[in-house]
Amino acid sequence: MKPFTFERAATPEQAVAALACNPGARLIAGGTNLLDLMKLEIETPTHLIDVNHIGLDNIADTADGGLRIGALVRNTDCAANPRVRRDYPVLCRAIVAGASGQLRNKATTGGNLMQRTRCPYFYDGDLPCNKRNPGSGCSAQDGYSRNHAVLGASDLCMCAFPGDMSVALRLLDAEIELMRADGSRRRIAIADFHLTPGEVLPVREFAQERGELITAVILPPAPVGRQFYRKVRNRASYAFALVSVAALIDADGSGRIALGGIGTKPWRSAAGDAAIPQGAAAVAKALFADARPTAQNRYKLTLAERTISAVLAAAKPT
Amino acid sequence: MPLDSFQQSALAEVTFTINGQSRSLRLDTRTTLLDALREHLHLTGSKKGCDHGQCGACTVIVAGRRINACLTLAVMHDGDAITTIEGLGTPERLHRLQSAFVTHDGFQCGYCTPGQICSAVAMLDEIAAGIPSHVTDDLTAPVQHTDSELRERMSGNICRCAAYPNIIAAIRDVVENGREVAETTA
Repeated sequence: MKPFTFERAATPEQAVAALACNPGARLIAGGTNLLDLMKLEIETPTHLIDVNHIGLDNIADTADGGLRIGALVRNTDCAANPRVRRDYPVLCRAIVAGASGQLRNKATTGGNLMQRTRCPYFYDGDLPCNKRNPGSGCSAQDGYSRNHAVLGASDLCMCAFPGDMSVALRLLDAEIELMRADGSRRRIAIADFHLTPGEVLPVREFAQERGELITAVILPPAPVGRQFYRKVRNRASYAFALVSVAALIDADGSGRIALGGIGTKPWRSAAGDAAIPQGAAAVAKALFADARPTAQNRYKLTLAERTISAVLAAAKPT
Repeated sequence: MPLDSFQQSALAEVTFTINGQSRSLRLDTRTTLLDALREHLHLTGSKKGCDHGQCGACTVIVAGRRINACLTLAVMHDGDAITTIEGLGTPERLHRLQSAFVTHDGFQCGYCTPGQICSAVAMLDEIAAGIPSHVTDDLTAPVQHTDSELRERMSGNICRCAAYPNIIAAIRDVVENGREVAETTA
């Protein structure tokens, strides 16, 4: 790990002010991803601002009947919240499908949104990776790509977004609230928060600007319909998704789905959603119309169709 | 490389309560909580396995919650109360889960055991608090102590000897026969 200085912020305003006056600074909350990457010297901040004591750790009802989840709410507490369990079970299910009990006790709502990829080439400092070292190339293109994205990939990068929570938030059309350096706030739809790599360097992953702090995630009122989260992975627990499907299915058989594991960001497809009443094969056909699978990750197309099929079967009225 | 081009390490003061005792350290900011416990306080019960949060051997309980001590900085825990395996029981007065691990052979080499036990202690509290898991059927009903619940909740603790059936038997013993904690002599 590279040396760094450390400070503990007491308020959100103090945190963004400290971030603004130190170009090498990073915010640290749960730290379970950042410290992992710092140990490997993939992340090399020269200053850390500890935001664990700035508040933002409450879940509260919004005026319109939605929910406001503070950025510092731990994954465990978000999943255990009575309103999340009752009105947004897909979010609860997605969170507890990820990581381990120990990690969920530390990981925060804001930090989890910004989880970095687990691409082995991103993690290996000796090999080319455009995300880590812009312009060096993407080793996954002709390399080990079994876990990589089939949607949203470009010649620059084909990393799959690794998270579960964000897939549920994408299904629920959550908004992300950010605080700028001057203390003012803005909101951004989660659809626009995670970025696909595109064709221009550097590879940007998140829409927030340098110096901004995530302060909350805002959920709209609970949607009508049944919610599902189904995750397929290499072992029964504590592994990243090969494919995950978050779904909201109405009594008439229509609905919407968001997918993890298959895209460079949490994935939604309007054409895929429109095909839900026709069944999983139709959804997959529409969803993967623009897919660019490799020989190694082509299986995800079949696996996703089968996972969607399982969810639609579970959603059928009995 | 000239000496002055080396980056200087930064030091910070940290005071926390470890197993009921207040301890103050002056540490390189890079020191993880795990290294502070093992290398500075010589509490070597907490183990370093992967050092990346993947194995759970470093599990300690901070403010009542189990976490990976390898994936957090000591300086982030100024003012916190931390319990390690040394604080749960002593060889003379074992914690109920420690004695259950002995009774049920919940280990072979023993390297993951302190993490398993710290994890299990806090895990049972999580069930008592009604925190759901991946295998919880009904998110609005009280959580049951099924084997699948115990296994799922302990998945962050890897045992390379694969003592899993006996680990679950030890935890089940405590679930069914009471989990009163032997008082430590500290």
